[in-house]
Amino acid sequence: MNRLEKLQQWFNKRINEGRLKSPWIVHFDCGSCNGCDIETLACLTPVYDVERFGIINVGNPKHADVLLVTGTVNSRNRHVLKNIYDQMPEPKAVIAIGACGMTGGVFRECYNVLGGVDQVIPVDVYVPGCPAKPEAIIDGVVTALERIKVKLGLIEDPALSSGEAAAALEPVSSFTQTAPEKGVESEAAALTGESSAARSSAFDAPASDLSAAGATSAKETAAQGDATAENPAGETSAAAFEQEPAAQSETAGGTTPPAGKAQEHDGKTV
Amino acid sequence: MIMLLPYAVAALVLSVIAGGLLSGVDRIVTARLQSRQGPPVLQPFYDVFKLFGKTHSVVNPWQVFCSFVYVTASALALLLFFMRGDLLLLFFILTIGAVFQVVGALTVNSPFSQVGAQRELLQMLTYEPILILVFIALSMKSGSFLIADIYRLEEPLLPSMPLVYVALGYALTIKLRKSPFDISASHHAHQEIVRGVLNDYSGPQLALLEIGHWLDVVLLLGICSLFWSTGVVGMIVLLAATYFVELVIDNVCARLTWQWMLLRGLCAGVILCVINLFLLYAV
Repeated sequence: MNRLEKLQQWFNKRINEGRLKSPWIVHFDCGSCNGCDIETLACLTPVYDVERFGIINVGNPKHADVLLVTGTVNSRNRHVLKNIYDQMPEPKAVIAIGACGMTGGVFRECYNVLGGVDQVIPVDVYVPGCPAKPEAIIDGVVTALERIKVKLGLIEDPALSSGEAAAALEPVSSFTQTAPEKGVESEAAALTGESSAARSSAFDAPASDLSAAGATSAKETAAQGDATAENPAGETSAAAFEQEPAAQSETAGGTTPPAGKAQEHDGKTV
Repeated sequence: MIMLLPYAVAALVLSVIAGGLLSGVDRIVTARLQSRQGPPVLQPFYDVFKLFGKTHSVVNPWQVFCSFVYVTASALALLLFFMRGDLLLLFFILTIGAVFQVVGALTVNSPFSQVGAQRELLQMLTYEPILILVFIALSMKSGSFLIADIYRLEEPLLPSMPLVYVALGYALTIKLRKSPFDISASHHAHQEIVRGVLNDYSGPQLALLEIGHWLDVVLLLGICSLFWSTGVVGMIVLLAATYFVELVIDNVCARLTWQWMLLRGLCAGVILCVINLFLLYAV
């Protein structure tokens, strides 16, 4: 009996080890411009060679552990996205890639766009950028593995233990944190264009690395408050991106609407 | 023969490990051929353990049954090989496993699985006549279908039947799921029919099929080793060279159609075997 238990323990240990060392990926293009898709597939090339980490792009949700979603969700493909997600056996993780996958990006004001991936399925990790860098995507997968570790109970949830969710994710992921700093700022600059007031607001905000993303996601959660409520699994990492902006939205309350307007304006002209 | 059973069981357990390691080396060498670094050598074990840990999501109970029959048949065939049993019996057991893998894929509605199953049947149609002819050639030389009799030979078989060995290479390529014959399911992701015959097996069932595949590979390499049954060093060199050539072929070839496989693979294999059989008969 004792020996049997030991064997079982050994087997469970190996299973958990395998879960962290062989994340198989299925990649779904949810109406992306193909920018993020190309960067995702670039991870498989000899330059990045994600097979080093046991990552395989299996193209089959029934075999996959991690779902990479690029692009915005609209009312047509939300069913496809949900279907793919439902076909994946547990344990699984979802990574939203790029500005569009996170919030809807430049398309979020379109009449047919629902917004980011987290409107339909729970998202574990957000990889910002337009397009996201391959390094950031790989780092997103690594961060997702850390989240799976938390789910399995292998490590304590850093977000819960420290109380500061954004800071807690920091040691795990350097790229998913630093990527918004560069990517979103340049994106914000591109979006706002001549509207220097909105642009300076993005830079002057207290937490400048997340402010631009935060401005949209905070607005979004205000607009569709049930997004995180119906996605409890994605809550903590979503909180990582929302906590600061939520605090900030009071201070930057006056400056956020111009950014939104500039975005809208830009969406019409382009 | 029954005296060999304990050794055969031990060898079976070892060949699960050997098959996994071989698969890991396979992936590393393939990666190096593509100027990549490749995964760690234990990667196939990580994959299989992970798959065992996934939740069951089966389309119907037949899939579970079929995956168990497949891995059992592969294990039995290999056990029979280690017990130096009958090549024909071994062949039939191997076929049962392969057929059940197809049956499991045919019980689901996914078109990818259906197409993959049909293609797997075509692959069996290609490699089985070749295997039978290889066994006939082996028996012509040793006098019976027993593997034990092949081990009694004093001369290695390869010099007298090189063409049969080349034909066996076709069967090996198909069984290993390597290009140009990886049409029913491929180890490389993103085939035109996704994972083909493996498409709707998931989690623990897929892990069982993967283990069965390792055992099949070990069995096929074991059959290759019969061609140099006289010395261990020669056997290992022959197997290493054969496997490396398989990997090179896999990396330089595109995936081809089933028509090409039937025409070039089956015809070429059968013709090579028959020529060699005539030579054996004449000499």
